[in-house]
Amino acid sequence: MGSPFDINGGACVAMVGKDCVAIACDLRLGMQALTISNNFPKIFNYAPSTYLGLTGLATDVNTVSDLFRYKVNMYRLREERHISPRPWPTCPVLAGINQTTGKPFICGFDSIGCIDFAKDFIVSGTASDQLFGTCEGLWEPDLGPEDLFETISQALLSAVDRDALSGWGAQVYIIEKDKVTQRLLKGRQD
Amino acid sequence: MDKIVAQYSRPSHQNEFYSEQEQQDLTETLPPLSLKFALPPVANPSAFLRAMTDDHSNPSCPIKLAHGTTTLAFRFQGGIIVCTDSRATAGNWIASQTVKKVIPVSRLSRGEDKPSNEPTPGLLGTMAGGAADCQYWLRYLSQQCTLHEIRHKRRITVAAASKILANLTYSYKGYGLSMGTMLAGVRTTASFLPSNQVGLELTSTAFIGNPQEGPALYYIDSDGTRLPGNLFCVGSGQTFAYGVLDANYRYDLTEEEALALGRRAILAAMHRDAYSGGFINLYHVKEEGWVHHGFDDMNPIFWKTKLESGEFSNVTSEL
Repeated sequence: MGSPFDINGGACVAMVGKDCVAIACDLRLGMQALTISNNFPKIFNYAPSTYLGLTGLATDVNTVSDLFRYKVNMYRLREERHISPRPWPTCPVLAGINQTTGKPFICGFDSIGCIDFAKDFIVSGTASDQLFGTCEGLWEPDLGPEDLFETISQALLSAVDRDALSGWGAQVYIIEKDKVTQRLLKGRQD
Repeated sequence: MDKIVAQYSRPSHQNEFYSEQEQQDLTETLPPLSLKFALPPVANPSAFLRAMTDDHSNPSCPIKLAHGTTTLAFRFQGGIIVCTDSRATAGNWIASQTVKKVIPVSRLSRGEDKPSNEPTPGLLGTMAGGAADCQYWLRYLSQQCTLHEIRHKRRITVAAASKILANLTYSYKGYGLSMGTMLAGVRTTASFLPSNQVGLELTSTAFIGNPQEGPALYYIDSDGTRLPGNLFCVGSGQTFAYGVLDANYRYDLTEEEALALGRRAILAAMHRDAYSGGFINLYHVKEEGWVHHGFDDMNPIFWKTKLESGEFSNVTSEL
């Protein structure tokens, strides 16, 4: 049995653009070499323009996303307002737009909660080494929503094509101040 | 006139075989079957190699060998179908998507390397397991087969070729070799080489072995196993390929059906097995030799199969 991070596979990436952010994930759920499902999105929505991408052990992806939903709901009842993106030490990739300031925000975490604030992009999952390479190569500052979509899609698809444990299609969210676009990418099915 | 006739009527097999001296030179200078390799200077080299390279028992082993494959071959009334994927992985890293896992064995009869629609005489070997081991030992086998052709003026049988490889892998048993290979070929009386290929005329009819071996398929692996059979799948995706093949295989498949079945079985394995993928490499071995039926990207074939015949309904195609 390998590392728990490599059992189910999966990849996630977030990028900052001009007044927008994008977050994308692959769709594979595997058990080591065997692909169980091609429809396992790893991005969860917690408030308008606040999205969380989780990679790693699938059972923990489910547990953390449910626990987080509970905590976010409690926050909303207590504070009587939606939660805005800010650090929370349970999640690997966070992307969204702060509803009060209108500023794009992304951050990433390691599994024990070390926060990585980034101005450009955050990567995680079994294809993270490949994602670092593609993002370094493709990302540039102040991309508009359509250009950001193209960049994050190409970065993700190219990266997962070099990783055996992720791929099999992908989902992309483009988050603007008052609009969210969700797209399905037709990836390689091997 | 008699003089001229006498000049041309000398027994045709006068110069047919090598002289006593030549035969002795040939047989006594044969390289030993087991070659000598440098081994790590430790007490137990095989255990050491396994600890360094076996990522199944030790995921953090320092040397990750390239493996993960699906290969298949089956016999049917029209010959043998050989089909493979093309992915090479080292751990989870996809090292290549364009590996040629079908290797022509027996170089002498392959003739020119140019691509051709004409059947090419000779055997085909498939590659699963350690890429280096397969490549090296199939090349070694190729050398032995070529020497066989030169010495005996006839092509080697698949049975004999597979035994050379099996004896070799058995002699290295326990030293960490990793290979699962299939040998496919068709040998008929046509396998006796025309004289211009070996420089000597052949008139003898004393056959060694079965002259009409016909389509033959053998499985050989690094444990020393050697099995003849009708249908084999080898590699990490073998179970998926067996699933498709067992459901649809018949011996009396037409050539077209057999090619489609080989392609479909590899497609299923590429889809479900993380360590298989890339391009579908398809070969048909028939009496006159093997014919290559393409090295095609699986992705367009997959979507065509899904959208046109409604298979692979597990894959989402809309949000």
